[in-house]
Order: sequence, then C-alpha cells, then structure tokens
Amino acid sequence: MIAEECVYERPTGLTAAHTHYCPGCTHGIAHRLTAEALEELGILERTIGVASVGCSVFAYNYIACDFVGAAHGRAPAVATGLKRVLPDRIIFTYQGDGDLASIGLGEVLHAAARGEQITVIFINNAIYGMTGGQMAPTSPPGMVTTSSPGGRDPQRTGYPVRVCELVAQMDGAAYVARRSLHNPAEIRRAKKALRTAFECQMNGRGFALVELLSTCPTNWGMTPVDALHWVEERMIPVFPLGEFKGGER
Amino acid sequence: MARELLKGNEAIAEAAIRAGLDAYFGYPITPQTELLEYLARRMPELSRAFVQAESEVAAINMVYGAACAGKRVMTSSSGPGISLMQEGLSYIAGAELPAVVVDVMRGGPGLGNIAACQSDYFQMTRSAGHGDFRPLTLAPATVQEAIDLTGLAFDLAEQYRMLVILLIDGNLGQMMEPAELPSFRQNVSATPEWAVDGAEGRPQRIITSLYLQPEALERHNLNLQKKLAIIAEREQRFAGLYLEDADLIVVAFGSAARVAQNAVEAARARGMAVGLFRPITLSPFPMHALAHLAPRARAFLAVEMNAGQMVEDVRLAVAGRAPVRFYGRLGGVEMLPDEVLRAIEQAMRDTRVTTNGARILNAEVRR
Repeated sequence: MIAEECVYERPTGLTAAHTHYCPGCTHGIAHRLTAEALEELGILERTIGVASVGCSVFAYNYIACDFVGAAHGRAPAVATGLKRVLPDRIIFTYQGDGDLASIGLGEVLHAAARGEQITVIFINNAIYGMTGGQMAPTSPPGMVTTSSPGGRDPQRTGYPVRVCELVAQMDGAAYVARRSLHNPAEIRRAKKALRTAFECQMNGRGFALVELLSTCPTNWGMTPVDALHWVEERMIPVFPLGEFKGGER
Repeated sequence: MARELLKGNEAIAEAAIRAGLDAYFGYPITPQTELLEYLARRMPELSRAFVQAESEVAAINMVYGAACAGKRVMTSSSGPGISLMQEGLSYIAGAELPAVVVDVMRGGPGLGNIAACQSDYFQMTRSAGHGDFRPLTLAPATVQEAIDLTGLAFDLAEQYRMLVILLIDGNLGQMMEPAELPSFRQNVSATPEWAVDGAEGRPQRIITSLYLQPEALERHNLNLQKKLAIIAEREQRFAGLYLEDADLIVVAFGSAARVAQNAVEAARARGMAVGLFRPITLSPFPMHALAHLAPRARAFLAVEMNAGQMVEDVRLAVAGRAPVRFYGRLGGVEMLPDEVLRAIEQAMRDTRVTTNGARILNAEVRR
C-alpha cells in the first residue's frame, strides 16, 4: 500500500462553489492567491471584501470572508466607509480595469491620495469582460474589441492608462506593484505582492494596490494558451512588471 | 438643556452627533456647507469618523460602506450634489441599509442658484435613484423641529433598514432661531445581525443589491414594497392649525408652511375660515388625514417654493372631492405672507359651497 498524501487542496479562504468564469480566465488564480494570502496571514476572519461590477461581481461566492457589493467603480469609496468605522478590520477591494481604471479612476486615486488603509486588488485584462468585450482604458493600441472593431486607434481613442504609475506618485500610497498571472514564476511573485499589500494594511503603512495582468480568452478570441502568450507579448511591454513603491530594495 | 440661538445646518449636525452619529461623509455645496464644516471640527473631537470626500458620488458610497457595518451614518448636500448621490441612494435602498441624508434645497434645475427653494420634492419623495423604491422623507419647518426629526431619522432608518431623507431648504439651513438640543444618547453599539464585521466564528455575510434571477429580484422587490406599505400605515405625520372649522385648507411644508401660517393668521383676522395642513412626512405623504378633511373642505390651496410638486400628492389625497389650487414662487424668490393671503382670498372668491354640499369652482358655475 502506498500512503496517500495531500499535497494540494482548497484553501479555507475559498468556498466550495464552482466559479462562473470562462475556461482559461485567470480570475480563479487571483481568487486563490487572495484566499491563500488571507489564510496564511491569519486575517481571514477579520477581513471584509468589497466586490465590484464586472466579471468578478460574484467574488463573494468564492472568497470565504464577509463581503459587500459596490456600485461600478466605487469600491474604494465603499472600502473607505468600512475602514473608517472598522479600523481594526482588513478591508480589500477586488476590481477589474473597466471598474477601476475607467469609471472608478477618481475613487481609487483619491483613496490613494488620502492614504486610506485599504488593499486594492486590480485585475487588468485590457477589456470589458462581462459586457462582452468592449475596449477598456487599458486596451493596448491596435487591440480589436467590439467597440474598437478596427483595432484601438490612438488617434481617435487615446492611449492605455497605467494605473500603478499613476497611483505610485501619490504620497498616500505605501505599496504599489504590478504582477502577472501568465506563468508559474510570475504567479509566485503575484502571491508575494498580495501578501505584502495585506501586511502593509496590517502594519498601518497606508494604501496598497496590486495590479495583476490577466487573461480573457473568450473576449480576446484566443485559446487559453494563446492568451497567456498574448499577456507576455502584448501587455507586458505596455504595462511593465515590478514594484513601483514600497517594495523591497 | 437650555434654549440656545442655533443655526439650522449646525443644529442638525449637533443633533446627529447626540443621536449617536458614528460617521459622516460629505462634500462642500451651498447652502449646506456649515453642516460639513461643523462636523469636520466636532467628529474628530469625539473620535468619530469624518471624511471630506472627493465628490458626492464618493461621499454616498462611503456612507454605503459604513452603513454596511451597521453604524449610524449620515451625509448632507443640496440639489446638484443630491443628483450625483442618486446612484448610491439606489444601492442603499436595494441593500436595505440604514442611512440618513440631509438635502438643503436650493434653486434649480442645473446649477440654478444658491437661494432657498423646494424644488427637490419629486426627487426626494419619489424614487431618489434608479429602480423601484421610495425613501422615507421628513420635512421640518423650524430649527427645533429639525433637531427633533434628526433624532427620529436615525431611529426610523434603523427600525426599517431604510434610507431616510431630512428635507429642508436653504432658509432653514441658514437661519438662526432659539432651540433646545437633546442630551447625548447612550447607544448600545451591538453589531446588527445583518452587518459585516469579519466572519469570526460565524458564516460569511454578504451585503449586495444584486439579484440576477428575475424571480429572486421580484421577491426582494415585493419585500421592499411590503415594508413601504407598513411605513405608509404607521409613519404618516402632519401638523394642523385651525383645521376644525376650516373651509379653505392651505397645504404647505417646511419654511413655506411658516409663510403660509402668517397668511392663514391674517385671513383668520379678516374672518375667513382658513386652516393650515403641514405635512411632516412627505414620503409617506399624510394621505389619511388629508383625505379625511376632503369631504368637508370647500377647497385646498397648496403653497410651495417650486412650480407645484407636492400639489400632486394633495390632489391624490383629495381625489377630486374638492378643488385644489396652487400658489408658488420659483427660482429661490422669497415668498411673502401678503401674496399667499391674496392667493387665499382669490381661492375663497373662486369657490363656493353648493346647497347639496358639492364643492365647485365659481368659474365652472359661470360656464
């Protein structure tokens, strides 16, 4: 007989629910990394998540902590309200690029400027997923979407918004990092960044934001594998990875 | 507590503090700014939360967040800011959160002006945002009543898990008059069983207004409507003056009711049987009491500082049983008792009581 040894299991921070995400979508990885970080830091039971509007609107069905659903783009304001009345709890938002970088840019920048003691997890997949693949403020030039059918033309639609670079120059921002979920090595770095961001809040250092470059095979019109390559070839040149503020020197 | 000379906006702010306000989030806008300024000083003194938000959109979403924790939370604004807050008001209603919103009305539409007006009546009594809901709306007419209704607003908000609006105009926000503040309430700050505070030793709690299945959303909507029906039954409030023998009944709320009261007194002095009906809850509108008066009144005269908004609720209550007239001034023009008196006299001339008891307009008789 060979004794069975469990080497991989669902973290207690994830519920048993099957996700509604498409095959090859990296939301599932981001959820798991978030749940693992909360569990490892021992803060799962004093954490409140703020879900946003987009594909991750049902994040509360998968991440097993108290949750609040926010209006489109307003999660950092909702998190501010929660944190100011529950200063000893850990508050995080989980937002996509349409939510955070377009309609909610004001809320996230001002939360950073105020140095709110919250953690923002920013999923950047360069497209509006839930509404069916429209151009996002983070779509790279040339990207074909349903609202840029000829490819994003900077002459008419401008250029991608680089959120980390914007947030990092706020004095109130304590930790700002961009990581990617396109290969195992980067996934490990993403996990470390999430832990650092939550520790930043636990230690009262100020506002923390982790951007995670993610895939949307369905709306990109690619196989999951091609989508991972597309992150590396098309997104990282526009959105360089790294710690923009508060990282280890 | 002794009577002091208090400014409306500041009196509401202090009354909210004494009612146990845990957090305030706001944005400057005339004519409510003193409320924000007062709390900017007082809340930190008491180690309570205060944030000057980057916009009214952010402010109301901060209110939403703090309300999710089951705390006593408030914001204040004026028309243009209230319009921006409608997104959050709708989410607060959808998620059944207790919150108090003060609207110190100014002239509109658009940027309008900063003079006192009552032009947000529709906005603050109907849906106050997208979707199928109504807020509970209180309309004080004096600084003292504003203080009293501020305390009531928090109680009603918590009792019904409901959005409660305190609707005043720039006159009441800016004026000073003698009033008495209540003593500090000893709040029991137990977290309500629906609030989020970290799922320690209990199952996860989720607060959302999202119900993707139509049948589930219909059930949720029916529950909201059931709650509104209970509120409509229990919470209708009004004040009356000379209603016992009133032939003509003037209906007015807030500071317009004070001008109307002067006119009613003057009409009484001239021997006219005129009374004043002052709704204190605008939503639910005091339908029962007004409907009860309809069969024995010769006519009703709605007096408002707008183009005629509350008058629609008066017509719904009177239901065609008596003529309903309207007199109003727009754009923040101050209404004077003399002009209301002329409107009363005109209404008295235009109507008469027929021998069979039916109330008709003289104009209709002439035709």
